[in-house]
Amino acid sequence: MFKKLILGATAMAMVGGMQIQTASAEEVLYVPSLSYRTGAYAGGGTPIANGFADYMNMLNARDGGIGGLKVVVEECETGYTAQKGVECYEATKGKGALVYNPYSTGITLQLIPKAPVDKIPVLSMGYGLSAAAVGETFPWTFNYPATYWSQMSSILKFIDSQDGGIKGKKIGYIYLVSGYGKEPIPLLENLAKTMGFEVVQFPVAGKEMQNQSSQWLNVRKEKPDWMIMWGWGAMNATAVKEAAKIRFPMDHFIGNWWAGANADLDPVGKAGTGYRSANMAAAGTDFPALQDVIKHVVSKGKSQIEDPTKVGDVLYNRGLFNAVLVAEGIATAQKIAGKANISGSDMRDGLEALDLSAARLKELGLEGFTAPIKGSCKDHAGGGSIFLQQWDGENWKRTSDLIAPQTDLVRPLLEAAAAKYVSDKPEWKTQTCK
Amino acid sequence: MDLLYNIFVDPFVQMAGTPDFFLQVLWEGFVTGTLYSLIALGFVLIFKASGVFNFAQGIMVVFAALSLVGFHALGVPAYLALFLALAVMAALAWTVERVILRKLVNQPEIILFMATIGLSYFLIGLGEFIFGGEPKSMITEELGLPTGSTVIDVAGGIVILQHIDIAAALIAAILVLGLAIFFSKTRIGRALRAVADDHQAALSVGISLNQIWAIVWFAAGIVALATGIMWGARSDVSFALQIVALKALPVLILGGFTSVPGAIIGGLIIGFGEKLFEVYWGSLLGGGVEGWFAYVLALIFLLFRPQGLFGEKIIERV
Amino acid sequence: MFYREAGQFKTNYKDDQAVFPILQDRLAIGLFLIVAFVAIPYFGNDFFINSMMIPFLIFSLAAIGLNILTGYTGQISLGTGAFMGVGAYSCYKMTSIFPDVNIIILIVGSGCFSAVIGMIFGLPSLRIKGFYLVVTTLAAQFFLEWCFITIGWLYNYNDSGAIEVPQREMFGIIVTGASATPVTRYLVVLSIVVVMTWVASNIIRGRIGRAWMMIRDMDIAAELMGVRPLQAKISAFAVSSFYAGVAGAMMVFLWLGAAEVESFDVNHSFLILFMVVLGGLGSLLGSFMGAAFITLLPIVLGAIPGILGLHINAAALEHVKFMIIGALIIFFLIMEPHGLARLWAIGKQKLRVWPFPY
Repeated sequence: MFKKLILGATAMAMVGGMQIQTASAEEVLYVPSLSYRTGAYAGGGTPIANGFADYMNMLNARDGGIGGLKVVVEECETGYTAQKGVECYEATKGKGALVYNPYSTGITLQLIPKAPVDKIPVLSMGYGLSAAAVGETFPWTFNYPATYWSQMSSILKFIDSQDGGIKGKKIGYIYLVSGYGKEPIPLLENLAKTMGFEVVQFPVAGKEMQNQSSQWLNVRKEKPDWMIMWGWGAMNATAVKEAAKIRFPMDHFIGNWWAGANADLDPVGKAGTGYRSANMAAAGTDFPALQDVIKHVVSKGKSQIEDPTKVGDVLYNRGLFNAVLVAEGIATAQKIAGKANISGSDMRDGLEALDLSAARLKELGLEGFTAPIKGSCKDHAGGGSIFLQQWDGENWKRTSDLIAPQTDLVRPLLEAAAAKYVSDKPEWKTQTCK
Repeated sequence: MDLLYNIFVDPFVQMAGTPDFFLQVLWEGFVTGTLYSLIALGFVLIFKASGVFNFAQGIMVVFAALSLVGFHALGVPAYLALFLALAVMAALAWTVERVILRKLVNQPEIILFMATIGLSYFLIGLGEFIFGGEPKSMITEELGLPTGSTVIDVAGGIVILQHIDIAAALIAAILVLGLAIFFSKTRIGRALRAVADDHQAALSVGISLNQIWAIVWFAAGIVALATGIMWGARSDVSFALQIVALKALPVLILGGFTSVPGAIIGGLIIGFGEKLFEVYWGSLLGGGVEGWFAYVLALIFLLFRPQGLFGEKIIERV
Repeated sequence: MFYREAGQFKTNYKDDQAVFPILQDRLAIGLFLIVAFVAIPYFGNDFFINSMMIPFLIFSLAAIGLNILTGYTGQISLGTGAFMGVGAYSCYKMTSIFPDVNIIILIVGSGCFSAVIGMIFGLPSLRIKGFYLVVTTLAAQFFLEWCFITIGWLYNYNDSGAIEVPQREMFGIIVTGASATPVTRYLVVLSIVVVMTWVASNIIRGRIGRAWMMIRDMDIAAELMGVRPLQAKISAFAVSSFYAGVAGAMMVFLWLGAAEVESFDVNHSFLILFMVVLGGLGSLLGSFMGAAFITLLPIVLGAIPGILGLHINAAALEHVKFMIIGALIIFFLIMEPHGLARLWAIGKQKLRVWPFPY
């Protein structure tokens, strides 16, 4: 009997699978959210996805959407794997997706060549391919508010301002072995020559990220003056713990903006006091826009967030910031196109003309939330400045002013990298900027 | 010539030059090795008694630790949470015996092996469903485990010993000793060894296979909980741990699938070897060699001594 | 009543040894091919072709590869993901070294590289088997993964460390790269899979395949009867890795478009092993059924709440998927250890005697 059932169920499943149709109903602004609430990196993916969805839902509840149209956020679970990310992309692109936020450098790399073909822009907010900031070469890819490379240059600039300069110092770079961690290495090696410091690399394989004692033994052997970390997920907490174990001076250990979440340092607690990390959007809920999110979404139980006190966490606000960028892109696109129901290419124009000035941030209820961002045809990263935050044993405290990237050093390298990217792709379409 | 120097001379010069650092590397290797041994022990227990290669041991480690942390997060006192986590592992053992093992008696090994892979998929889903995917911190202090560190001066340098690592080594030793006594001195332990020797003979003298299997899985669950606590205290409790647990496989190859002392020695060899190789030779190969070192060592070992250091010699040779 | 071979006489050996000895089977396979080659490209939408059919076919080929090794020769392997990676990376290297060579030749040729690597890692199988072999194939998996990460030459020293598929044309039609239409890529994948399946079925029926099966059933007896274990096992590893390599190259070039090391990790090895076991060890048809089951199940499961009008968040759904896949695997192993292919055979038998089952 049950065997027949299985046969029947399999047949049904096959038929059912055939019938999945793409449905585009009434006019909405459809924004897929490639989230990851599962897998080894779920600790980072969940708050980002929450922040993103909550801000959009807040706009729907407070303003009735953007330009009169509701924003529909559809989550598709990627588990931080590139393969599932592509599946999600294929599954959602036909529904009129305006923009993709892949939340993974691996997925971004896969989507970059697809974006111009399907005419849907990719906004990789502070991750992805740094060279994509070169708007002439990558018309469809955006890297607001800053690329990894400019972030790295800001961090190095900070180090240069401490303890009598960076010249002659030894900088350790510990990174997750993946597209994400390897991305800034060319810049690091290049700037090592220009700025006159030495780099030692400590790769951490994804499988070994909770077992880093050999890397930190090597750190002890090499005795670098500063450590910079490009880590993600469980790697961060482990690294900070190991650093504490070998008594590395914590305030000389700087993580990038994906290595500085509350979830990363909560398990470390007091031992991590003094650890620094970069950030691009302020933590906390002391902003009118966040209060609106709490009022319209979280307190009404419409958020997926389990613990309402986690609103305002570093990564929650990161996701919210991404939603702000998308919403602003949509609003700008609507203005340019002169209609509310925009398409992917309108969205591209909107993102390119994005101007998130200090005044506009205040209007949005996000004064001082982030550095002003202004995009252009040439610059798809907005040249955003970053700031550093420091862990005080219980929470993050912002401890530095905005640090502007060393654009003069980074931009030529970005252009060279962009040229290299397209060098073996004769069919690649670029744009010319006035 | 330079290469030869880098391979055969330089590392040893470094070792002799900074003996304190060398000792630190050895200590790290020892601690990591202990943890590998603990995971491998869970495999060995089950393999000995039921011939099942329990692939789910890794996720059992995560599951046990998550239950412990989860109960504590609900406001249960730490020791009661520990007890409840043990109860969860017991329930899991009972369920596995009832639902899976009993139905798969006499199936080929690969089928049982696949079933445990299925089990680990199920437990991953269940664990994430109940506890969420975020990494959680282990309740080290609440359990009364030490957190500080001791610094020893050695040969003009220092060796830092984490108290939690010492505790891990001690707990591993106690567990192994306890299991050894359990196996050799108690009635159930002797029954277990009988089952391991011959299922049918054991059955014919009135030993209940089902009961024994449940007990063995529970014992593996206890080992998993201990491993989870220790590893969780070193980094944190997350699902990424289950991949680390795969390291137990090469440990088993070295130690032999059926030998408890083998699991311990194998774990230590892998632990020491891995750290020494990574620290002193790894940079020659671009770093990150830890990921495969254990497996390749096991592979080479297999070619010369397939039964492992302490395994039974009856291994099927081709 | 309809599925019955009465009256179909085989008058020579050639008929007796045919791949599909029964007329109805030949008709059915013809119908299948027509549906696959004509109906699906014509009626299927992009999502169906790109997210269901292409991965299904590619994983079917990988599953056939593993089935040759595990199902037919009896050697368990957890290194399939890495062997797929060898195919993908060597194909990528060859496209940059020989930009003018036809891409299909390169994809199929890249299988040769993974065949060689597979043979090297297959050597320990001469001395060991069972779980011991699992560990050596795991060694292959992790060592090769490390190579893909560490050896920059393999990915042309890209900043990203990922391999990206260049655009290639064949007869003026874009076959690979982002501009290639799903239908084109689907037809290329389908053609390769069909041809390679046909080749596999003939290898398995032939002398080599029978030697593999003898080794699987009892190696000592096989040796006594003149099968050389060295050649049989190594050839199984070679052919198996060849199929895996081609599947890997197709996965990157005709499906994903770019890949990082994560696309070839140990989870893929597990998934393909699931396909083989669920589909049926030692059955080509089973490889297809297992691949269909594993690739389509998550998509179907994901669609069910929508059809029922329930709203379940993406994370819970993903967790439930894991639980269901795990539970189904255990369920199948308990209820039908020979996999879906066995169910199919039972169904066929039932059809044969219907409507008079006695």
